Amino acid sequence: MKFDYNTRYRDSFKLLRHADQRIAYGLLLAALIALPWLASKFFIGELSYVFILCIASLGLMVLTGYTGQVSLGHAAFVAVGAYAHAWMLLKGVPLLVSLPLSGVLCAAFGVAVGVPAIRVSGLYLAMVTLAFSVIVTHVIGHWSSVTGGFTGLAVNNPVIWGVALGGPKAFYFLCLTVLALVLLALLNLLRSGLGRDFLGVRDSEAAAYSLGIHVSRVKVIAFALSAGVTGLAGALLAHHTKYLTPDAFTLVLSMELVLMVVIGGLGSLRGAVLGAVLISLLPTLISRIKPLLPDQIAKQFGLETFIFGLILALFVLFEPTGINGRWLKLRALVESFPLYRRDTFKRGKRYMKSERYK
Amino acid sequence: MSTPLLQVRDVSLSFGGVQAIADVSFDVHAGEVLAIIGPNGAGKTSVLNVVTRVFSPSSGNLKFASHELTRIQRHQVAALGIARTFQNIELFEAATVMDNLLLGRHRFAQGAWWQQVLRTPQLTALEEASHTAVEEVIEFLDLSAWRNSLVSGLPYGVRKVVELGRALATQPRLLFLDEPASGLNPEETKRLAFWIDDIRTDLGITVVMVEHDMSLVSSVADRVICMAQGKVLASGTAREVQCHPLVISAYLGT
Repeated sequence: MKFDYNTRYRDSFKLLRHADQRIAYGLLLAALIALPWLASKFFIGELSYVFILCIASLGLMVLTGYTGQVSLGHAAFVAVGAYAHAWMLLKGVPLLVSLPLSGVLCAAFGVAVGVPAIRVSGLYLAMVTLAFSVIVTHVIGHWSSVTGGFTGLAVNNPVIWGVALGGPKAFYFLCLTVLALVLLALLNLLRSGLGRDFLGVRDSEAAAYSLGIHVSRVKVIAFALSAGVTGLAGALLAHHTKYLTPDAFTLVLSMELVLMVVIGGLGSLRGAVLGAVLISLLPTLISRIKPLLPDQIAKQFGLETFIFGLILALFVLFEPTGINGRWLKLRALVESFPLYRRDTFKRGKRYMKSERYK
Repeated sequence: MSTPLLQVRDVSLSFGGVQAIADVSFDVHAGEVLAIIGPNGAGKTSVLNVVTRVFSPSSGNLKFASHELTRIQRHQVAALGIARTFQNIELFEAATVMDNLLLGRHRFAQGAWWQQVLRTPQLTALEEASHTAVEEVIEFLDLSAWRNSLVSGLPYGVRKVVELGRALATQPRLLFLDEPASGLNPEETKRLAFWIDDIRTDLGITVVMVEHDMSLVSSVADRVICMAQGKVLASGTAREVQCHPLVISAYLGT
């Protein structure tokens, strides 16, 4: 067991408090930086895609995991980010301007969706966001002068200060940098006042009001932040796919994002990243395993969808706290090794949960 | 006596045909502990909800210090210095006790968004100030053992105390406690009585509590109001109210 001995409050604010954490994360970062020289081009490309999905998943985590607002339409924000970025690049806007700008534009979209959407919650909110994403795909399909319609839109290669970043290695680092920056920004934000407001709104609106939190405003901010981050992912995704068509941003992508945050573990950034890694690598993993399976199973139609669904069902049934929860339990087991109690994480029954007014 | 801290004047509240409060008037003076008692459905919690702007009164006036409460919105109540607890604990379940208490500091400076993103030195200083204030509450309510526990794992009695702590962290002038002793055992109730007394005398916070436990009420309340069916039946000291014929008939039937 580790015990913190803090002599100042700011000692407890540190992100990496212990030497072993610093070493572990340092090694991870070093490995990620060294990887492009060790791994194949294909693998680097795949990993860039994983990073992009990590960013999108972090975006959704802010909204669903931290603020408790379900969204089934986040693919729309990815699409808006991607198209905005591609269009701005076509118009000659430099990448370093266009990338953040597409995030900001998406955030504005988030506000536009959030303001009407926060009037409803739960299932109804899911429906509203779903409808929004359908509308966005529809508009993209028909606004050919800007988006190229269903024929699609070619995306210019990324260039920063005259240096082409078209190669997989350079693009990998671009994605890694954006992911690291987004992660740091969110870590800081979520452990400060605004992050606590998000938690407050998620766990009890009545109490949040009584503490002076402007609940609807906080929800709109969460929508904007989430949309902005997801838009950034969209902008990077535009470079990854190199060619944008509206059918790349359908409900399937939204569902995958929801899967990532749920399987990763709602309410944790680590969960968002782990979930994104698992879900984005799963198709590759399945195709690797396929040859090993007996023919009757391997040739089944819709095997991937089945495995996706199975994993989600198993997680919801046996590990509602997601991969992050499992990770925390494993860590607790290792840290307290001989003294681990089996029921440490068993949740007590809750009583007195009636009369919730909003 | 000086002007009351809170003036409730002819306040009515109805939900469709159900009249929850009917022309209720009372004053709360600075520095007192006022208890509101009454049978179930008397409208005690509704009064509390009207004052904290959860519900808007159908008619009547609410004045806190120099502010007209009916003119402000629900989330602006805390900024005036009014805090409350809830009958069925409304804590932030999936957060730690620390985060719950820090949320109580919402009405104080939390730093601009860009300071939060960049974690500037000013923000660290603000956070330290919040932590200092919260640690005082933790010290006051003896919560240090639970500082970093998740609320979802806490026993009921502790949750009640955490909720009280969260209300205190807002540094209110007026504190509403909605059935603070419900579900507590006698020892916890006794501890609560001391705390309420300390909240009034040491922290200088005016307390209004809705409570059924007459032992608690008579030990800490300076004044008691009894309500029944949305009306004020009697007010005075605990003894006076308990002996009032209308109160006895409201509880026991005529």
